[in-house]
Parts: sequence; C-alpha cells; structure tokens
Amino acid sequence: MSVLGERFLCRLVDVPPGEGRTFEMDGQRIAVFHTRTGSVFATAAECPHKGGPLADGMLGGTTVTCPLHERVYDLANGRELTGDCDLMTYPVRRTADGVVLLLPAASDAMIS
Amino acid sequence: MAKQRLVVIGNGMAGARAVEEVLARGGSEMFDITMFGDEPYGNYNRILLSNILSGIQDASEIFLNPLDWYAENGITLHAGSPVTEIDRFAKVVQSASGVRAHYDKLLIATGSRAFIPPIPGIFTEPGKLKSGVFGFRTIDDCSGIAAAAGSGGKAAVIGGGLLGLEAARGLLHHGCEVHVVHLAGHLMEQQLDAPGGAILKKTMESMGVTVHVGKSTSQVLGEDRVTGLAFKDGTSLECGLVVVAAGIKPNAEIGVRAGLTVERAIVVDNHMLAVDDMSVYVVGECAQHRSRVYGLVAPLWDQAKVFADHVTGANRNAAYHGSKLATKLKVMGVELASMGITEPSEERDETIQFSEPQRGTYKKLIVRDGRLIGGILMGDISKAAYLMQAFDRDSPLPEERLSLLFDLGAPPQKVTLDEMPAEAQVCNCNGVTKAAIGNCVAGGNRSLPGVMNATRAGKGCGSCKGLVSDLVAWFAGGDVEEDPSVHWYVPNIPLKKSELVEAIRARTLKSVSAVFRELAGGVEDAGAKPALASLLSVVWKGEYVAEPDARFINERIHANIQKDGTFSVVPPMPGGATTPAELRRIAEVAEKYHVSLVKVTGGQRIDLLGVRKEDLPAVWAELGTVSGHAYGKTYRTCKACVGTDFCRFGLGDSMALAKKIEDRFKGIDSPHKMKLATAGCPRNCSEALIKDVGLVAVGDDRWEIYVAGAGGSHVRKGDLLCTVSSHEEAILISGRFMQYYREEAKYKERTYNWIERVGIERVRAVVVEDSDGIAARLDAAMQESVDAYVDPWGALIEGQETTRFASLIPAGE
Repeated sequence: MSVLGERFLCRLVDVPPGEGRTFEMDGQRIAVFHTRTGSVFATAAECPHKGGPLADGMLGGTTVTCPLHERVYDLANGRELTGDCDLMTYPVRRTADGVVLLLPAASDAMIS
Repeated sequence: MAKQRLVVIGNGMAGARAVEEVLARGGSEMFDITMFGDEPYGNYNRILLSNILSGIQDASEIFLNPLDWYAENGITLHAGSPVTEIDRFAKVVQSASGVRAHYDKLLIATGSRAFIPPIPGIFTEPGKLKSGVFGFRTIDDCSGIAAAAGSGGKAAVIGGGLLGLEAARGLLHHGCEVHVVHLAGHLMEQQLDAPGGAILKKTMESMGVTVHVGKSTSQVLGEDRVTGLAFKDGTSLECGLVVVAAGIKPNAEIGVRAGLTVERAIVVDNHMLAVDDMSVYVVGECAQHRSRVYGLVAPLWDQAKVFADHVTGANRNAAYHGSKLATKLKVMGVELASMGITEPSEERDETIQFSEPQRGTYKKLIVRDGRLIGGILMGDISKAAYLMQAFDRDSPLPEERLSLLFDLGAPPQKVTLDEMPAEAQVCNCNGVTKAAIGNCVAGGNRSLPGVMNATRAGKGCGSCKGLVSDLVAWFAGGDVEEDPSVHWYVPNIPLKKSELVEAIRARTLKSVSAVFRELAGGVEDAGAKPALASLLSVVWKGEYVAEPDARFINERIHANIQKDGTFSVVPPMPGGATTPAELRRIAEVAEKYHVSLVKVTGGQRIDLLGVRKEDLPAVWAELGTVSGHAYGKTYRTCKACVGTDFCRFGLGDSMALAKKIEDRFKGIDSPHKMKLATAGCPRNCSEALIKDVGLVAVGDDRWEIYVAGAGGSHVRKGDLLCTVSSHEEAILISGRFMQYYREEAKYKERTYNWIERVGIERVRAVVVEDSDGIAARLDAAMQESVDAYVDPWGALIEGQETTRFASLIPAGE
C-alpha cells in the first residue's frame, strides 16, 4: 500500500490493553482496539449486523465479539468468522504512545 | 445393459410404496416396471377409508398416487386386472383379462381382504354376500355401505376392533342406529386390556353406539336381504345393514397356486424374498416374516425399504428384523396409543396404571427391567411420542415412573425427532430450522460445536441447545463426533473444571491473562475470558485480580447494555420493598438524566432504561445506592411477597428473609445468574417454586427450600431440597447450595440444567446430609466470598480511568 500520509488518531493510554474505544474523526466513528500483545487495530464502530458498539465487545487474540449478538470479526482483515458479513477496517500504525491512521493513496482506496 | 423387468402384483399401499422406494434408489434406470391391481384405480390410503364412509373426505382425496404418477414414472399399470397365475419357471404372470408379463424380479404385494367368518346365512351363494351385508376394505365397500345406509335405519357392525369402530363412526354419520357386536369380552382386545376396553365401551355408548361384547353371531337372518342377526345366547337384533369387520385375511392364494410356501401368508426371509424363489419378493399383509403377519402400515414401510435396497442392489445386506408394534389411532374421536403387550406376562413385570373413567382417560404401562414392553394410552396421549420412542428403541426409563404418565410441571414433551417437520424452527433466536441443521451435518459438520458455529443454532438464548444436540446425533446417525472440548471448562484449555481449578491453585494463577499465559500457550479466546473470570473470582475471592477486558461489557461497567448501545440501571430493592423517599430520588435521577423508560422488572425492582454510558457514574452517585447487580452472571435478586406484616395468610416473614439474603449474597459471582424468592405461605405469590433457590414458609418459622426451579425459556418446578426451622438455617443451607453450584456447574449452566445433570439426590446428600464431609468447607468458602464483596458502582465512581465511560472520544490530541 502506498501511503499518502498519516493522521494521529488517539493516545494509547485511552485504550487499555485488551479493550476498545470509539473515536470520532471528521464525523466518522472509528473503533480502536488495543490487544494485550500490544497490537492496534481500527474498524468501523458499528457492527454491520445490527449496529452494536464493537468497542464494547470482547477481544480475543485478533478477534472482537460484538456485545449484542455475538458476531465475531477478525480485526486484521474485517472478515466475519460467524457468517459472511464483513466489517470495514482502517489501516493503522502504533507509535510509541499513540495510534495513527494511515491514509492510503487514492488508487488503493478504490481497490479496498 | 438392458433393463430388467420388475413386475408388481398389487397396487395398494404396499405395492405403490415399494415402487416409490425403488424409484428413489434410481430404479427407473434399472427396471421396466409393470404393476397389476385388482381395483380400477390408482392406489389410495386405505387407512382413510373410514373418513370416506363418514363423509369427512371425498374418495378423490385419499389417492396416494393418481394415474398420472404411473405415466410420469414410466410404469405400466394394469388396473382392474388381477393376476391369476404366476409361472415361476417361465417367469411370466398372467391376469384375468389375459395380460401376460415377463419378469426378472417379481414383487407380490396383494395385501389382504376383509375376513368374512362363515356364519350361516351370510352368503347367498359361495363368495357372494347377502344383500345388505358388506365388508369394509375398499372404496367400493364404502360406496355400497353409504348407499345402503341411506338416511338411517338400524345397522350392525360385526367386530369391535379398530376397523369395526371406525365403521360404526361412519354409520353414525349416516344417521343410523348403530350396534357393535363383538365376540371377545372387551373392545379392541388387540390394543386394550379389559379395563381399557370397558372405558372405551362407555365412551362409545355416550356417543350413541350400542356395544354388545361377548356376543357370538349364529345366523344372518333374511331371505334375499338381511333383516337381522341371531346370536348364540338366543337373542336377536333386527337390522337392515350389516358391516363385517372381523379382521383381515391375507391374499396369499396366488402364492399357493405358484407353489410358494404359504402358512398364514407367504413366507419370506429377511430380504423379503420368498423362501422358495430368489426372484420373488413379498411385502405387506400378504407376507409372513418370522411367523408374524403385520396388519399395520409402519412395518410395511420398513419392509418396502428393505425390498428396494435389496432389489436395486443399493444395499444387498439390507435385512428386515421384524417390527415392534406401536400405533397411535383415533377411534371415533377418542385418541389412543398402544404399544407392545397389553397385560404383564412375567412375574417381574411392573404395571403402572391410571384410570379416570369419567373422563375416558386410561393409561397403563408395562415395564420389564426398566424398559417399556407394553403400553396403553387413551383419552390423553400427550406422552405418546416419548413413550413410543422409548418402546421402539428399548431405552431405559427414568426412575420417576409418575413422569412417564404425566407432565409434572416439566416442559411439554417434545415431538420425536422423526415426527418433527423439516421446516420446524429449532432455534427461534437465530431462525434455524431442522432442515438447516440436517444440511449442515450432511455437509460434513458432525459435532455439536461445529454445527452451532456454522448455523448459529443454540447461540441465542441457548434454550434449544439440547434439541440441537439431539438433532445433530439424529442426522449423523451413529456417526456423531464427540468434540472432546465439551468436557472442558473452556474450549481452549483441555481441562475439566475440577482439573482446571487444581492447575489454577497449583500455579497460583489469579488473573485471566495469567491463565492464558500459563495454561493456553498465551493464546487468548474471547469466549473463554468471562468463564475464567467467573471461576477465578470463585476460587480466589478477594485475591482475584480483576481485569476489565476479561468481562463482558455489562460486568465491565456494571450496567445492562441495550440494543442501541445505551444501558439500563437497576438500583437494588431487596424484597421489592421501597420507600417514598427512595422513589422520589429515583424519579429525580430519571428526569435529570432523561431516562427514556422507567419499568418495573420481573424481579420486583425499578429499571431505568436508556442511560448514556457517560452518565452512568453520575446516575449511580445520585441514586446513592450500591449496585443492584441486574446484569451479571451473579446472584441477582430475591423477590418476596408481603409475608406476615400485612398479609392475612402469611405464615413466615418473607420480606425480612429476602432482605437478609440480598444483603448477604449480593454480587456473588456464579456460573450463571441466580434468581431467588421467598414466599410467606405456599400460595407462592412471589413464584418461589420456579427460582434457582426459593424459600416457602410453611408455618412455625419452618421454611421449605426449593432449588433449581425455572421460569424462563424453560419452565421447571424447583425440587424440594429440605425443610429448615429458621431464617438463619434457611440462609446457611441456601448459601451452601449456591456455593456447591458455584464450584461444580459448568459456565453458563443454570441451576436447573445442572441439577438435571447431577441429580437432586446427589445435591441433597452433599448439601443437607454432608455425605462428602465438605459442608463446613462450602460454608467457609461462601463466607469468604461474602466478605470479599466490594460494591462495583462505588469502586467505579472512585476510579481514575479516564475513558471507561466514554462512548465517543474526539480523535487527535
């Protein structure tokens, strides 16, 4: 992926390890997850099933389970593991104390 | 390869079903099929003939396969053309109308006809019944009877078996005065014993049928036309119409003429082959297998399958081993189920009986070595599906015999899996049908967790999980794969609960992340987290190291998540008792924080719904109470009736007891939620009989403790654990029961599932009789958990976490 730029999303301390939080950027609601192994992921905030708040879900490895109806998604690629309704993901990178959103080049955005 | 020729003699239910089974196995590619039938129709469902006679159904409605079906399947049908000869050496059959057909394989399915006893005067010439006398076996018989009955008159039915009573019902519909004349001492002696027959007789008579039992007909009176019947006891009965329903006679003459071995019917081996000829099969009522001739439809279906498997080569080892006779019938509107023998035949046989003649209800079971070998159910056949399955499979019966006859507050007996239609919804939460589970198993998923994950069946409220498990086993045949993980406490650590507790203690693992690190190779499993958190809290009590991410959101922020992502808040209200001041405070908080719905819960509390996540700490602080724990897998609440303070029936102080219970057990973690209630008298206004623990006052400060009741997706009356003599004892024993459950039950296993797994006897032995000598330890463990209680609302209000309650955080610095 060619990256156009980066934008600071949040401080790492705002997302305790093993949990998620919902952030708002330019009117977009983004769920950020911080695993106990130190990885960070970002996805659409709402579960594509019935809009459940995914940041309130249960993290396990790189999966999140929606708190409303237990749909499970792989955070790395957005695949639904309990069905075939995938979740939108955002490319992010962890910095020393924060999470930044990677802004893909327009051509990549079209493909994804 | 040229097709073989399959000739079928008989176009009734047996012949047609056998051909259907052959077609289902690709038989149309293998055989040119020719069928011969006596009657000039396609085949019809003979069982429904009585409906034709009663006028409930029209003849056209009972056809199983209309004439088109034969053409569509390339079958040559010679209807109204009975086969008269079989030349087994030339392999040719010939019909009365002169049709000859060669065969490679021959199926005889000629069935049976009405047996006409040789009563003087019944025939006018050999083979010709006297005018006004009819058999009851064919569509033509029905039309004849209907025409003769006209609009009434006196009619007699000879034979008080199933068919005779059906004929009687038909005649009643035609306005006849009906008499049933039966040779045996009671009605339906094949299916009923004497008391059952007597009750049925009474029921029949209340419908207007006159029943004569133990009566032998000596003559059919009348010259050209029947005018009455004379009996051996010297009496007589005037009547213008006689229906003979004295049993059936196999149409085996064709077999005799063809030189096959015929006893009562044509003798066959386990492949349904005639014992004398490897090219000739026989199925249905004209076949005699292991000395038995079956007159019911279920054995016929089994025989047709074996025949089709064998003749098509689909399974050359297919074998018929006889059928156990169990039937469900409706006789003149009386529902009846009958299976096996009607009277005990050995000394060790145990008889269980219930009789209520006034309502026409009769139930009798005969049990040998814990297995059902005979049964009669009349009037109320709600248990028939279960019992017939137990009879058919020879499965062991529960010790509690009473529950065999009645549903004692248990959920209604499920229909058997065979009876359940494919489109029946099994999992209502996720809309999964029986067929979807079947497809999943057929697709290669042969374990319960595999099917549950693939279909989502059983993953909603979970109440259908047992049924899903049964269906997986049923669809997989004997082929179900047991997932070893079902015995593990969590699926990613191969240890049973007791082994896991041992490992946790041995390695002093006090947090969920430590357990993953030490016992699961560092691999997290989201589903296992709350299960482990609950267990660690039970094991370590105050020393448990809580990690919010291991808890479901409800237990992370101590409120109940709603479909829109807001939360509900339930302040505690022990025993459902409140005060004007408390109500005022709740009202103020509700208004201030724009609570969208205020609702009284099933647990006698007040639910504030629609609270925003960020408002939770302020709402709690302003309510000024501890947590009501209405969200976790913990002790939830204790309902109470008014008890002795105001109620004129009160025998015990249920409100004070509920308050003590709630003070003591609030927030205690457990495998699943625990809902309690106290009732001041056995009227049970607080529904204590369907609670995980229910305490019912019976007077003199004595309390009955009921456990493992359910009033949710399952309904189950609690089991009486014991009776105690004070509030203190009630709390001690209830606590000991809860502690034993906390230690023993699987995660998400409610008390009522757990008790059915381990048995109330075992639980009573441990908890009440201290059979294992652990009562003191259980009491001490519960006390430690009680002492370790910290109000989570208070702790969170005090807490320093900055984003815990933020539902939306602005991005950027």
